[in-house]
Amino acid sequence: MIRRLAWVLVAAVPAAFLAVFFVWPALSLVTRGFHDGESWTLAGLAAVAGSRRTWDALVFTLATASAATAITVALGVVGAYVLYRLRFRGQSWLRGLVTVPFVLPTVVVGIAFSGPHPVAGIVLAMVFFNYSVVVRTVGALWIRLDPRQAQAATALGASPRQVALSVTLPSLGPAVASAAALVFLFCASGFGIVMTLGRGQYHTIETEIWFQTTQVLNLTAAAALSIAQVVVVTVSLWLTNAWQRRSQAALKLMPETSSTSAPVWGRDWPALLLTGVVILGLLVVPLAGLVLRSLRVRGAWSLDGYRRLLDEELVGAISTSLVTATGAAAIAVGLGMLVALTASRRPHSRTGRSWLHALETVYMLPLGVSAVTVGFGYLITLNRPPLDLRSSVVLIPIAQAVVALPLVVRTLLPTLRAISPRQIQAAQVLGASPLRVLGTIELPALGRGFGLALGFAFATSLGEFGATTFLARPDNPTLPVLIYRLFSRPTGDNYAMALAASVVLALLTAAVMVAAEQARPREVESW
Amino acid sequence: MTLRASAALAAAAALTLAACGQPAAEETTDEAPTGLTVVSHESFVMPDELKEQFAEETGLDVTYTTLADTGSMVNQLILTKDSPLGDVVFGIDNTFASRALGEGIIAGDELTEIDFGDVCVNADLAWFDEQGLPLPETLDDLTDPQYRDLFVTPSPASSSPGLAFLFATVGAKGDGWLDYWRELEANGTLVVSGWTEAYNVEFTAGEGQGDRPLVLSYSTSPAWTIGDDGESTTTALLDTCFRQTEYAGVLEGAANPEGAQQFVDFLLSPEFQATIPENMYMYPADTSVELPEEWVRFAPLSDAPIELGSEEIDANRERWIQEWTEAIG
Repeated sequence: MIRRLAWVLVAAVPAAFLAVFFVWPALSLVTRGFHDGESWTLAGLAAVAGSRRTWDALVFTLATASAATAITVALGVVGAYVLYRLRFRGQSWLRGLVTVPFVLPTVVVGIAFSGPHPVAGIVLAMVFFNYSVVVRTVGALWIRLDPRQAQAATALGASPRQVALSVTLPSLGPAVASAAALVFLFCASGFGIVMTLGRGQYHTIETEIWFQTTQVLNLTAAAALSIAQVVVVTVSLWLTNAWQRRSQAALKLMPETSSTSAPVWGRDWPALLLTGVVILGLLVVPLAGLVLRSLRVRGAWSLDGYRRLLDEELVGAISTSLVTATGAAAIAVGLGMLVALTASRRPHSRTGRSWLHALETVYMLPLGVSAVTVGFGYLITLNRPPLDLRSSVVLIPIAQAVVALPLVVRTLLPTLRAISPRQIQAAQVLGASPLRVLGTIELPALGRGFGLALGFAFATSLGEFGATTFLARPDNPTLPVLIYRLFSRPTGDNYAMALAASVVLALLTAAVMVAAEQARPREVESW
Repeated sequence: MTLRASAALAAAAALTLAACGQPAAEETTDEAPTGLTVVSHESFVMPDELKEQFAEETGLDVTYTTLADTGSMVNQLILTKDSPLGDVVFGIDNTFASRALGEGIIAGDELTEIDFGDVCVNADLAWFDEQGLPLPETLDDLTDPQYRDLFVTPSPASSSPGLAFLFATVGAKGDGWLDYWRELEANGTLVVSGWTEAYNVEFTAGEGQGDRPLVLSYSTSPAWTIGDDGESTTTALLDTCFRQTEYAGVLEGAANPEGAQQFVDFLLSPEFQATIPENMYMYPADTSVELPEEWVRFAPLSDAPIELGSEEIDANRERWIQEWTEAIG
């Protein structure tokens, strides 16, 4: 009984944080949409539900997010094979490189993908952003898959294709499901890509919420759209969780290095070729284009963009970004550890287990809810002492921590779930107290995921723009905000500076991710 | 640098507090009589020397707060009018002025003009010279087949200069504005997301050296495209301009209305007005202020910008954007 109470207390801290800095603000803003000043009304909801624009936005959101998720998963699974199952020099650098797009400002990505038809550009940019999510999640499981099952199938006469389809791919199910869920959430709530590439002609639920909230202050419409968004997100999480649990059944995981092999051209050429083309065409070319453009000023090669950036606010913006990201990462990892510890309990009762699954889902929600809703929600909720934080410097790291928390939880949970129940039972039989089990088995396991979780939280916060931009901010901008400012200044020479600042951000992120990659524990199998 | 470092330290200290679960004891400067909170949009720039000068002259401890774009800023101020975000606001423009006043967020309904500028079609002079084509002059010329596939504009639905151009077409064409857009579309007009994409990616004289020699930009843009011979390589078509005016005002319910008024007055001082062209790319409201030389030569204002009333804009903004999206999108 006391033990259960202790866990409730542990769970209460992150729950309180999420309640105050996510649920309450978002809910308050949505509630305003259903209250016309005097009484409750559903008239607004009916109007929005009857508007063609809403349905167009909903269909466009689902269609682009599904298409992008399908393509990303297909390419990413092959990429995971090459980057994790094979073994070659420079691999960890490539793993770091594929993560860079994940945190690039969308305006930069928009310029890189502005060539093709807007819809194709939007889908391609979504794939560009999320490729690494699939590669990392699936790769980290694949590297530890027991190779003997596949070997047995081969010995019994199965063709390589049969082995892949009936042995390997099904075993990867949980990771694929988890990755697909994340990618779908990122795509369905992606604001910047559709804003920059949609030319104002294509709308998703997210850009509609932005338009209705920030440009015309039609909170009724925004509220109805927010509810639609939460429904979409919850349904997709529920579906992927069910898929994940069904496929998670009987996996035997091995130490990481046991099953990798050097590439064999005769066997691996399709995978190598496809991944080479994807990395080159989808990642290297746009990123190299960014670097090249940052070195062109008025049609000539020049370092002027970088030079002037140094004069300007670069140092200040980097230090603001680093301070903010440190704060956000500290909050996200601190709370993420508590969430992971709670969610990794193994209750005997069915209700206990379903509560924990629900808990996991709730902590994913911030990824799928509009930053506009949360940002505007802060304005009307955090406006009274002791929580008058509206224009305080602490609000930005807090908002970024809300966004980073889901990734942290997804990084830490597998390290705890990988602990064999028998190890814990053995400790208990030998008389270890629950605290002792926590201290000698669980916390050290958690510690191994710490570096990677910190890296993800830090990088997410470094690149975060959506939530930051809708808050009342102090005058000193973070790097992404500075980039946005430079891009919107109406003179040509700021363009080179904006691109140079984007390169700096990309390098900073890549450095963080390569460092996190080095600190990656053996147990991490998914985000 | 020392200032920044100490600010960073203060931020870190505040973070530690927050991380421990204790709400940081924020000093609510807007409640202290010596404090002043300035609210502005992203493009507001005041040089550090002037910030110091204002603080010294008034003895006020000033906090500068930035919100996103003009539209978001005005709507956030409306949403928070019961407990205002600050004491004084800069950056409400003529397209949002009527809404701001109608919602009663400005004390005494008094908005003071601080700066203004024109949004106009720009042309690449060298390109037209090479092709031997005469420069277009009016909105109607843009639908002339000889200028087919030459014009690029940011979208009215996602860009503020793009929306200004939509207002220009409504002002010039009245009820026929949407037909005009259909003609533009039929004549190969390219619509992109934002100003950067239009000017620096698609425009022939922009950084990206694209293939469209006509672009929607600002009347001041030619001052930044000066070639080796000292002449500008681009020009603004002054019969296609829409004028944007930016205002400052004391917020209703301000904790320090006197300080707020002092700030508005400071924005009108010759010292601050003189910094507007270099930092905000707008013309100072005080016309006696000397302009940069390139502006005098290459960035003339339109004599007759296309007019459209603030009330009419506010009443129809959403409908126009929706109609535009349905017809063109």
